[in-house]
Amino acid sequence: MAVEVLELAHGTEHLVLIGIQRRGVELAERIAKLIEEDEGVVVPRGALDITLYRDDLETVGPKPVIGPTHLPGELTDKHVVIVDDVLYTGRTVRAALDELADFGRPRRISLCVLIDRGGRELPIQADIVGKVVKTAPGDRVDVLVEELDGRDQVDLIRGAPSGVAA
Amino acid sequence: MTAALDKDLVGLAPLSAEQIRLILDTAEPFKEVSERPIKKVPALRGKTIVNLFFEASTRTRISFEFAEKRLSADTVNVAASGSAVQKGETLVDTARNLEAMRIDMVVIRHPSSGAAEFLGRRIRSNVVNAGDGKHEHPTQALLDLLTLRDKFGRIEGLKVCLVGDVLHSRVARSDIWGLLKLGAQVAVCGPRTLLPRRIEELGVTVFEHVADAIQWADALNVLRLQLERMEAGFIPSVREYYRVFGVTAERLEKAPRPLTIMHPGPMNRGVEIDSRVADGPHSVILDQVTNGVAVRMAVLYLLAGGKPELADAAKRGGGPGGPPD
Repeated sequence: MAVEVLELAHGTEHLVLIGIQRRGVELAERIAKLIEEDEGVVVPRGALDITLYRDDLETVGPKPVIGPTHLPGELTDKHVVIVDDVLYTGRTVRAALDELADFGRPRRISLCVLIDRGGRELPIQADIVGKVVKTAPGDRVDVLVEELDGRDQVDLIRGAPSGVAA
Repeated sequence: MTAALDKDLVGLAPLSAEQIRLILDTAEPFKEVSERPIKKVPALRGKTIVNLFFEASTRTRISFEFAEKRLSADTVNVAASGSAVQKGETLVDTARNLEAMRIDMVVIRHPSSGAAEFLGRRIRSNVVNAGDGKHEHPTQALLDLLTLRDKFGRIEGLKVCLVGDVLHSRVARSDIWGLLKLGAQVAVCGPRTLLPRRIEELGVTVFEHVADAIQWADALNVLRLQLERMEAGFIPSVREYYRVFGVTAERLEKAPRPLTIMHPGPMNRGVEIDSRVADGPHSVILDQVTNGVAVRMAVLYLLAGGKPELADAAKRGGGPGGPPD
């Protein structure tokens, strides 16, 4: 995926990686490290919490803990690659696009996700996808990363509550 | 969601430690919003909030208004003077008329203790207490807690002394509840005429002399001498008060460690606090003001968020298209 990011951005000159809280931040960090090892260039990276830009505060209630948002400097004229763990309805990405617009005007914004589970409710597609997984609306896809969860793993939980790990 | 807030925020006395921590934790990310180039997030877009101020207030009203605007809510300010209140309208009638115009929240400041709770029971909108008589001023205490947590990294075990006019201070009451619930040790210090009778029963220590409080405490919250709420007889004179209970640089020099100095404002320089202390290196008075906006954003955000039962239902049913987490 790191290679695909480089190809997409034509190198690292204008590249900025923005991870979406929580797991997207870790994934962005890893992609940045891989690029650093291969290219010897430190890619600016940031974290975005989109909670305050969600359109469903009324129905799901406030999220107990909102993660930090920090962006690496000016975004104007940069190529921003949004990194998230799972792409589902597209509403998170919609919120992230709105939030980024409040910070500047990037030249281009791309989307990179580890898992695309289908089920879009908005016309949003990823530019880079780790793996496409077919799911039903009742399923859950949990991405675990070593930094937060102690291991790297993707769980597909069919329906609820009894699950099958995949 | 056991820590979720109820419909209204009337004080810290009815809150659990868990609920108080939820508000403080939620305030953290809101600090950053005020540092953005565009100091605004759309979280409360379309919500209408009325600031109903029956008492003069500059800092609190402006702080609430900034908090509301930075959350994209629409706000209306109503002051008692020049409104229907002067024509004899009751509090409930005023609020019901506002509700008839389809509002979502009321932030109320009122000279009578209990006004916020009284109102909250009679209207459907969320009510936030911005100070009611001598009862509580919960958002001020929350910003005090946040400022102390920023400074010391914890509240538990801290020794905090409230100095001065505790009797007339709603801030003192809210501070005492909040600090005790989060595990701090609390003391008060002031002339006996300005300490509520039997205050020890709340679990606070009483110091007769400022010098003793300074030896004991990690932080002082210097309360304003509320001359406007006093009839004669509480203190001999403002000058004598400063001489005996004023927090001065000379007194603080004798402290075993540098004391963090707080003041809820507005300050009477040279009455309860020395200018050299208020502007000194250990004063966090302006940090308190900055944190006030973040704490109020957190309270409004948490109160505005759908009802817990709705949230649970949404989660059980897979949700009406919430983003995946």
